[in-house]
Parts: sequence; C-alpha cells; structure tokens
Amino acid sequence: MARTQVLLMAGTQKGAFVLRSGLDRRTWSISGPYYAGWNAYHVNWSHRHGMLMAGVSSTRYGPVVGLSRDLGETWEDAHEGLGLPEDSGWKVNRVWYLADGPPWDPDALYAGIEQGALFRSGDGGRSWTLNRGLFDHPTRAAWTPGNGGLCLHTILFDPEERRVYVAISAAGVYRSDDGGETWAPRNRGTAACFLPDPDVEFGQCVHRVVMHPSRPAVFYQQNHCGVYRSDDRGETWRTIEEGLPATFGFAMAVHPRDPATLYVVPEGADESRLAVDGKFRVYRTRNGGERWEPLANGLPQEHAHLGVLRHGLATDPLDPCGVYVGTTTGQIFASRDEGESWSLLCDFLPRILSVEAAVVET
Amino acid sequence: MARVRLPTVLRRYAGGEAWVEAAGGTVRQVLADLGTRYPTLAHHLLDERGDVRRYVNVFVRDEEIRTLQYLDTAVGPADEVLIIPSVAGGQPRSGGTALR
Repeated sequence: MARTQVLLMAGTQKGAFVLRSGLDRRTWSISGPYYAGWNAYHVNWSHRHGMLMAGVSSTRYGPVVGLSRDLGETWEDAHEGLGLPEDSGWKVNRVWYLADGPPWDPDALYAGIEQGALFRSGDGGRSWTLNRGLFDHPTRAAWTPGNGGLCLHTILFDPEERRVYVAISAAGVYRSDDGGETWAPRNRGTAACFLPDPDVEFGQCVHRVVMHPSRPAVFYQQNHCGVYRSDDRGETWRTIEEGLPATFGFAMAVHPRDPATLYVVPEGADESRLAVDGKFRVYRTRNGGERWEPLANGLPQEHAHLGVLRHGLATDPLDPCGVYVGTTTGQIFASRDEGESWSLLCDFLPRILSVEAAVVET
Repeated sequence: MARVRLPTVLRRYAGGEAWVEAAGGTVRQVLADLGTRYPTLAHHLLDERGDVRRYVNVFVRDEEIRTLQYLDTAVGPADEVLIIPSVAGGQPRSGGTALR
C-alpha cells in the first residue's frame, strides 16, 4: 500500500542518515549510517527517479554517487564517467551536490563535484558526463579553492528557459543561457573581501545560492563576504543585510511557496564560524531580504557555539512549511511552523554536512 | 592465479568474499582482471588515472608495491596480493583541506 511520508536526509562526516515521519512531522524514525565512515556530502531525493542519491566519498576509496531505490536498504555505487580529463591534471575529489534536472531536461540528474565541475547523467545516475563548457572555461586557471576545496556546491535551473546557474567556492556564480554549452561569470556587486580588489568579475567565495522557481529572475546568495540578492538573473547583486547580526554564514534556504521568505544562519566571523554570541538563531526574511528577524524559540541561547555548513538548512513543501537545520556538532533542529518554534529532532549525529527534506510516496 | 585479499569494507563489491583469485603477471594486470569482474571494486582501488589510491596499500611478498616496481611489480602464480587500507587514511586532518 502506498504511503506518504516526510523524508529528512542528513549527509554527515560518517555516512548518510534517513529520518522518516508522517505528514504531522511529530514522530521520527532514523536509519543509518549508510556508507558508515564515509563522508556523505549531500543526500537528496530524486523525485523524477523515485530514489535516494548520495554524494559520498572515502579518503581511502574515492568518491561515488550512491543510489538507493528502497529508502536506503540497499545502495548502488555509480561512478562510470565520474572523472576529469587526464590532461587537465585534475581528479574528482568529492561529489558535493546532486539534483534533479529541470523541466526542459526532465530525466537528467546533475552533480556538482570538487574540483569545480558539473556532470550530467541521462540514465538515472548510473553514468555521468562532464560538462566541458564549464570545465574548459578560460577563467578556470585562476580559480582558487575555499576552505573546503574547489567545490561546485549549487546547481539551479530556470524552469522554462535553458538557463543553468552554478555556484563554486571560490570561483563565484556562473550562468549558462544555452543549457550548459557556454558559461559566464555573474558576480557583479558581490565582494571578494579577501582580495586586494574585492570588486572582481569572478573569484568570489559564494557559499550558497537559492532561488524560487516561481521567480526565476530573483536569486539570493550567502557569500563569504555578505548576503546578496539579484533581481536580474545574476547580472547584478546588492546587499540584503538589514537586521542580521553578522553577514558571514554558509547556509540559506527558501520557502517552498513564498519566494520572498528565506532563512539563513549567521555566524560571528570568518575566524570563529560559530553562532553569534553563543546564541544559536536562524534568521528569516518575509520580504526578500529587506529586513531579517531572529528565530530563537526552542533554539539554545546560552553557550551554544554551534556551526552550520552551507547545505545544513532545508525546508519541506508542507503547509506550514517545515524548516530543518543540521549543525557541525551533530544536532538537527526542526520547526513545523516555518521557524516560529523549534525542537531538537536529533542529537549525537556525526558532523552534519547537509540536510534535505522531501515528501515522498512509497 | 594469484590470490588477492580484499579490505573488509570493499568485500561487498566482490560478493562478500575476503579472498578472490585474479589472473596476471603484474599487479597492474591482476587489478585489471579484478576490474573486469568487479568494476566498482576497481574504482575504489584505483583513481581515474589508474593510480592506486593514496591511502590504499598493496603488498606482494610482504612488501608494499610503492617500494617495489609499483603496478609493474611481478606477481607469481602462487603469490598473495594483500590490499590493506593505510592507517593514515580515514579522515582528513583538521585545518588546511579539512571538510568545508
């Protein structure tokens, strides 16, 4: 009998975990770790293919895309084609991001990898093809890695036009207007504050980019050097930091239905990367970043020196939407009311690298 | 046929077997033979350039191949090839290229 449930997928430093609940999101079960001991950088659900997909890597045994069609009971390691040209001198280090393709490429899957490359699969994830347009971009030679490596960590699609956006730390945002054939940097207005001249065409350390498909021209960005918004498909960016206690952070998530509602987790500074003043708070905007408000009800507010990585914040599509945040110390906090109140959903997990939520029928 | 001992965590890619037989007169050939039957196993032992992954050690006659002729190290028909993960692998050091 078909069953509708909420999946909360957590990628951690020591494997992948899958939490499940009914639509009330009150009682959760947890299974895992899958790929125990391996880094699970991103665990996501493919709605198109009805399966879990996980970007996992072992420092000993290399990276693979894990595919599971039974909610984690069994996994298939996919790696065919997941390599970089020999003459490039680069090797695939980790799979950072996995996503379903857009409506104009409906059966495809896409992967972002370290070293700043994009892959596409046309066979349900079993084999992968490198996007040469991005890999051979003339600016690549000047790309430098962020603290976590030269990672392509975000892939976004215009739902109607053949536009693709990727975010790379620390190359910046790149956009393709022809389905991925050619690419150009789109970073004007965002700062590379770690360079002598922060106003550069590329080289920004973009941490996370989100957009809502109902407004394909509007993008939001948590950057190493600030929080930004673009209203013109990335052509220009402006800061949206009013009300934030700090402009440094990693994670960002967008509301499933309201394109003007976003969530971020500010962190004190580049050096500390901890919750501001020991108060762990998620910040929300209801007006596209014009003003941010703190969300703290149910979150620890004393000596809570927690950190959240760039994929550590997610929303589910229910109404009211759920919001989930996973910390580097292994906690998952969850809200069933769009952030108004929170509870500790899970503790003692390994360092959380990503959280994703989906409603699935199985 | 040489006998190859697999690391515990990779045995599931070879039907759960701890030991498998493989044909070949060199380590390179032995691993290639394994790869024809167990491609995912081979992926986890060799990187995309065909090099042995950094934290994978391969021993022939109790010597690690990087101190011998590397992948061209000869393997006799009665030899055992031991694939053992390096104690140095597992997790990256903090700082530098640490996670995120």
